[in-house]
Amino acid sequence: MSRYTAVTDSDRQAMLEAIGVASVEELFGEIPAAVRLDRALDLPAGLGEAEVYAHLRTLAARNGSAEDELCFLGAGMYDHYVPAVIDMLLGRSEFLTPYTPYQPEISQGGLQVMFEYQTAICELTGMDVSNASVYEGPSALAAAGYLAKLTNGRPRFVVSRAVHPHARETLRTLSAGYGTSVDEVALADGVTDPSAWARAIDEDVSAVFIAQPNFLGAVEDLEPLIAAAREHGALVVCSADPIALGVLEPPGALGVDVCVGEGQSLGNRLDFGGPSFGFFATRDEHVRRMPGRIAGETRDVDGRRGFVLTLQTREQHIRREKATSNICTAQALNALAGVVYLSWLGRRGLVELAELLVRRTAYAREALSAIDGVTAVHEQPVVREFAVSLGLPDVASVRRVIARCAAERVAPGHALGRDYPEYADALLVAITEQRSREDIDRLVDVLGRALAAERAAAATGGASA
Amino acid sequence: MRATNETAMQRDRAVTIFEKGAPGRRAFVAPPLDVPERPLDELIPARLRRREPARLPEISEPELVRHYVALSRRNFDLDSGFYPLGSCTMKHNPRLHERVAALPGHARLHPLTEPARAQGALALMWNLERALSEIAGLPHVSLQPSAGSHGELAGVLLTRAYHAERGEQHRRVVLTPDTAHGTNPATVTMAGYEVVKVGTDSRGGVDIDDLRAKADGDVACLMLTNPNTLGLFDANIGEIAKIVHGVGGLVYYDGANLNAVMGISRPGDMGFDIVHFNLHKSFTQPHGGGGPGSGPIAVSEALEPYLPRPVIVRHGGAEGNGSTVEFDLDYERPRSIGRLRGFQGNYGCFVRAYAYICSLGAAGLRDVSETAVLNANYLLARLRALGVCDLLPPAYDRLCMHEFVLSGAPMKQQLGIRTLDLAKRLLDYGYHPPTVYFPLLVEEALLVEPTETETKETLDDFAAALAEILREAREDPELARGAPYSTPVRRLDEAAAAKHPVLRQAL
Amino acid sequence: MAEASYPQDLLYHPEHDWARIDGDVATFGITWHAQDALGEVVFFDPPAVGAQLTQHEPYTEVESVKAVSDVIAPLSGEVIEVNESLAGAPEAINDDPYGAGWIVKVRLSDTGQTDALLAPDAYVALLA
Repeated sequence: MSRYTAVTDSDRQAMLEAIGVASVEELFGEIPAAVRLDRALDLPAGLGEAEVYAHLRTLAARNGSAEDELCFLGAGMYDHYVPAVIDMLLGRSEFLTPYTPYQPEISQGGLQVMFEYQTAICELTGMDVSNASVYEGPSALAAAGYLAKLTNGRPRFVVSRAVHPHARETLRTLSAGYGTSVDEVALADGVTDPSAWARAIDEDVSAVFIAQPNFLGAVEDLEPLIAAAREHGALVVCSADPIALGVLEPPGALGVDVCVGEGQSLGNRLDFGGPSFGFFATRDEHVRRMPGRIAGETRDVDGRRGFVLTLQTREQHIRREKATSNICTAQALNALAGVVYLSWLGRRGLVELAELLVRRTAYAREALSAIDGVTAVHEQPVVREFAVSLGLPDVASVRRVIARCAAERVAPGHALGRDYPEYADALLVAITEQRSREDIDRLVDVLGRALAAERAAAATGGASA
Repeated sequence: MRATNETAMQRDRAVTIFEKGAPGRRAFVAPPLDVPERPLDELIPARLRRREPARLPEISEPELVRHYVALSRRNFDLDSGFYPLGSCTMKHNPRLHERVAALPGHARLHPLTEPARAQGALALMWNLERALSEIAGLPHVSLQPSAGSHGELAGVLLTRAYHAERGEQHRRVVLTPDTAHGTNPATVTMAGYEVVKVGTDSRGGVDIDDLRAKADGDVACLMLTNPNTLGLFDANIGEIAKIVHGVGGLVYYDGANLNAVMGISRPGDMGFDIVHFNLHKSFTQPHGGGGPGSGPIAVSEALEPYLPRPVIVRHGGAEGNGSTVEFDLDYERPRSIGRLRGFQGNYGCFVRAYAYICSLGAAGLRDVSETAVLNANYLLARLRALGVCDLLPPAYDRLCMHEFVLSGAPMKQQLGIRTLDLAKRLLDYGYHPPTVYFPLLVEEALLVEPTETETKETLDDFAAALAEILREAREDPELARGAPYSTPVRRLDEAAAAKHPVLRQAL
Repeated sequence: MAEASYPQDLLYHPEHDWARIDGDVATFGITWHAQDALGEVVFFDPPAVGAQLTQHEPYTEVESVKAVSDVIAPLSGEVIEVNESLAGAPEAINDDPYGAGWIVKVRLSDTGQTDALLAPDAYVALLA
């Protein structure tokens, strides 16, 4: 018996008697000796709650989190402030512990949350219809690829290198399964190269993939990119930053077929990369090929308004091999955080937040570019993230600079070089409402000195480990 | 228990957050601008900017709280009552896990933090991998997949990579039993394979003759769960694995039913090459109303090179390559299938699962499975004793593992009520019903999984409730057919929802 | 339609589809048994006019809330007309499976194929 099980000796006695066996061991009689484990699992002995807590705290202390360090890391996940109401609501038993709402009569809370979330995402993205969430951003983009494949079956995808490297890689991994090839289009001046883009698209293209803002933080001019795809009948998939949509034209207004994105910045913690949620929204015509759960409105036998999971014939538990995806568990709790956050920000609040970020980001880019040897990778409009070139020979030197900053409890940004050899010495810097002007000035100071130290060390021919 | 008056919650009509509030109300106030107030037009051209704000609600914090707290009350949940949903392993979610997951060192850690500053996280993931490896009996683990079906997809893509490297790209078939969960065939198609179903024999296990007939050089792998979705352990598992390996195929273990065998039998020892875990099933990650989950995989030596990247590695010790970090992320994986998602996976779920494994230890995990199987068999025995099984006989007359499936066919014939009606009437009794109409193989199926965290008293009460519902139905079948009566809404028109989908609030 | 019925003037396919033959044109639909097993039909995506159907092969699907069912062509031929009214009211398949619930009209390619179909009594016997 552990603290989570309750079978006493007398319980066990009574239960075995009722079953008609002499021992618990007999219940496992079907398992052949050859596959029985004849020893205990090689794991440490169990601990009491206080000891487990102490151990997890020790591990936590070995992490440099945004609690202790000034965090300018972004690339899809951002250190936004998560309001206390979200902690409270997500901790409620009624939201935390139920399963997927297969019995709608006792799941109206969860189903209405999904319906509200779907509404919020449609409003944010300008799309007709949204599902109730998918796992996260990159796999949402890959799922859009599957939708395109089911729609037109053409053999190629075209994706801009400005799309998140994790999303591009996930798309490749999944499409390798169902056999659609992936071609990448290069960047020019920090955005998708429009002529290379147009050249890459023909009647063989199933779907094209773009990002707004793109991975380098740049606001792209999407209209010509979309037009090029339309000319050849390809579907358009746009990955969007939800906070940036507070100030940017939503992809739905530009007529994209699918809008996806990473939802973490909407009320979810960083959690070292997950769990968060991905949003997935489409035009009406694609609704029956959408993956994932969808909540719909209806009436009960007495005429009361209620909500149910609907269009389930798309899903794995009914359509099985012909399903639009294999999704079973999604990210309901994280999507709850998302809709609560958007409601907490409110109509004006999202705009104010986005406009604040635009101004602070402009300030940060200017201030960092003023450091000796640092230049902006591009001068495109940015919302909350940008890339600077540090004037260093390679990505290893960038990582050393990052390590020097860490010693001063500053995480200055993400080294782009591993994913973008064409920007080998670049740093991706993200701004949230928690990064004040003072914080940005401190970044400039710390990064400036770290760069100077790195250059000095390189000049004397020794790189510190 | 027929309600002649509405309950309070039934009187409360559903109003969405979008229909509440008033212009000007707000819960968030932006910090004052502390940088130059440059005109937006200068920073982002007007034509790239939004003309109209998204029509989000305008409400104060108290309204926000009241709305969502009221909504929460319209949910049944595991903390509030028994939830014997077969195949879902609805076991207690310890609150310790929420506390540790909320520690800022875990919760506020950015995924791109340099490994040197994330040693706690990487150590935790490493330790979790080793524990899962030990439980599965397979040497290598990836924590990256986000849910069970995501893990399945990883497994099938690994299978594809394995065969491709051996020049066996012609293998186009994945075998699954006809009792398989829907995610199995859906996954197979997504990965570019064709599903071929293998029959189930009279004892509820894989039909070995049918398997032999279908296992040929075209088969890439067999996807199986053991115990299977009928809650039965297939004693022929050794033979099954041998047959598939014999034609050069791989064997994949759907870990949804791991709760029955932890510390007792290991999928690796049964002969499986790939296993996925559902951290939101056996490892207590709360279900959250439909996620998040996490679906790590464990694989044999031969499949290790193809694992998703990055992989966690441990430096130091005998290698001593001069690196200052003990744990690192390795991206140099030329034969990897690549990424299945961004970053490293659902770390928040890893923290909880790890805390659980630390709490239980070897003996505790074994106790979980022994108790899960004991509870299921006991509940079945109670149902037999109370005569419930006269109308809902078990589909297979043998000892079950952690769950069992009943068939409501006799009940339908003799009392005129279906498994669906029984389930709806259970709602009035304050229970979440078992899984209905799965697996497809059993007519009017009712799949019951009590889990190990329930007391004997709860099982007795549940059995009594089922018996009572059948007694009611004998007298008046209409009662169950019209159920539920006491829930916030009554039976909903799902046909209308599908025919005329309304998928968002009109504004 | 509340009670099972299997009109005498139709031929039946074992996979629960019917055919009404009129010279070299036939009308297809699903039987009472099929619609009863499916439950209320909520969605139906018709094949295009001009589509080639092959006997015994699925040519479209009907969906209820909880199930999807292939619809099998009892005979081969080319689709010359589709029942457009089903798009807005798919439940006609349940209410009147042999009348307003017809699915397609087809110009037959081989009238001899009717040998493979069952007379009403034989189909009813199959259901028992």
